[in-house]
Amino acid sequence: VPDVSRPLPQPTTRTAPFWEAAKRHELVIQRCSQCRAYRHYPQPMCPQCRSLEHEWARASGRGTIYSYTIAHRAFHPWWKDRVPYPIVTVELDEGVRMVCDLPGVAASEVAIGRRVEVCFEDVDERIALPRWRLV
Amino acid sequence: MARAQGPDARWLAGRAAIVGIGQTPFTRGTEKTTLELHLEAALAALADAGLSPDDIDAVIPNEMSGVITEELAMSLGIRELRFSITIRTGGASVVSAIQGACLAVASGIARNALLSVGRRGYSAQRVSKTSEGVMVAMPIMATMDEFERPYGNTVASQWFAQAARRHMHEFGTTSEHFGMIAVACRAHANLNPRAVMYGKPMTLADHQASPLIVDPLRLLDCSLETDGATAIVITSRERARDLRKRPVPILGIAEGHGDPPTSITQKRDMTEIEGLRRAAPHAFGMSGLTRSDIDCAQLYDGFTWITLASLEALGFCKKGEGGPFVEGGRISLGGELPVNTAGGLVSEAHVSGGNHVLEAVRQLRREVEPERQVPDCETALVTCEGDFHEGSVMILARE
Repeated sequence: VPDVSRPLPQPTTRTAPFWEAAKRHELVIQRCSQCRAYRHYPQPMCPQCRSLEHEWARASGRGTIYSYTIAHRAFHPWWKDRVPYPIVTVELDEGVRMVCDLPGVAASEVAIGRRVEVCFEDVDERIALPRWRLV
Repeated sequence: MARAQGPDARWLAGRAAIVGIGQTPFTRGTEKTTLELHLEAALAALADAGLSPDDIDAVIPNEMSGVITEELAMSLGIRELRFSITIRTGGASVVSAIQGACLAVASGIARNALLSVGRRGYSAQRVSKTSEGVMVAMPIMATMDEFERPYGNTVASQWFAQAARRHMHEFGTTSEHFGMIAVACRAHANLNPRAVMYGKPMTLADHQASPLIVDPLRLLDCSLETDGATAIVITSRERARDLRKRPVPILGIAEGHGDPPTSITQKRDMTEIEGLRRAAPHAFGMSGLTRSDIDCAQLYDGFTWITLASLEALGFCKKGEGGPFVEGGRISLGGELPVNTAGGLVSEAHVSGGNHVLEAVRQLRREVEPERQVPDCETALVTCEGDFHEGSVMILARE
């Protein structure tokens, strides 16, 4: 039976702090307690210094479009009536990258190098999604 | 040429050979299950080699098919299975699986290895109808499911579109460059009666007029959705000499991975197929050959951009120069480096890369239609690319 509901994150013990912060409309990323390197996506060990100690650092919420695509065809029923829509890779000012969309932004406005800032959508009681907008 | 740093597996050069290949018809629609397709291809490959299922003691099914070793062994009645592995690198699995088979037969762990590759890409796992299909669950997807899928980044065409877009931004690559690859592959498919796109010519104008699926990738940049399976039998070079067909020795083989290996968007450099770039020096080093020795290349082409970036990663041209490289018919039959001479995944069929292996073997055995034969073809290079810029490279030779 096809699942037509919106795909939402299923937080794990490793990723829960990211999603808990999003509910407070804060963007956080892992930061190594030893070598201070930022990393994303969440993972248990620092790939630079192999420390298992990390903290969750509040990110600036600002970044630059590193690459993007405009999806003209939906590959999931939830996007069936939402095409075309941009899918964007944002390079945060902290140096890590995140994938996001740009709600309400026309395809012609999307370009590599454009500055963006985070905003949040409260989807339900469980999940708030970081989304981004052009600055 | 500078030798690759790191491990040295030159002892493996030429120690194993492909001795049997088989396939089902490549179709859009089938009544058969994926397992039945694999079994049909397996029997064809065994017949080609002059072996029976009783001779097989190593089995490596392709992960993307969902078929497992136990099902193949049960149906084929394989009673002395000694070696069974599964490679989990998506489209990059096939050549890595052959690497595993080489190790098994060259080391004496097993005598004869059977690999089966293929899927019901039209009748079941049809990406364009994702909501109706059932995809094989892949553990590698967990991170993307959580952090990318909620934004509509759900399928491979979308991941590779961002890599293609960044490549265009940095190097001036154009949609016409992608189109030249699509047109060359289609022309080759029109010389190949097995190709799903046989009898369907296509021009650069057709490519440019085809709808954008995920900008910058157009419909005619995408691989086909087809049903079908291929199978490959590998044995040691010594045993190969006693078998039915001229063996095709594996002179060089290597795999490489991206960093990090969980998502294209997280790559330090998403414009590079890092796995192939890392694997190529080892495969060439093992073979003792250089780029100019390669007579044809069968490059895994989930999308046309992958073909272009593969040419760069393999060192056939410099980084960023893949666009100009494919101009002027260089990758067409009769050109300097004929690429995907059966039509590739974009115009022959998407058999998870198994069809690229078969085409390389057929070119070296002189088993293709005369108009498709690369003249004096003595060597062939095969790649697979999968997951997130993982890659494997194999160099075959005419015995």
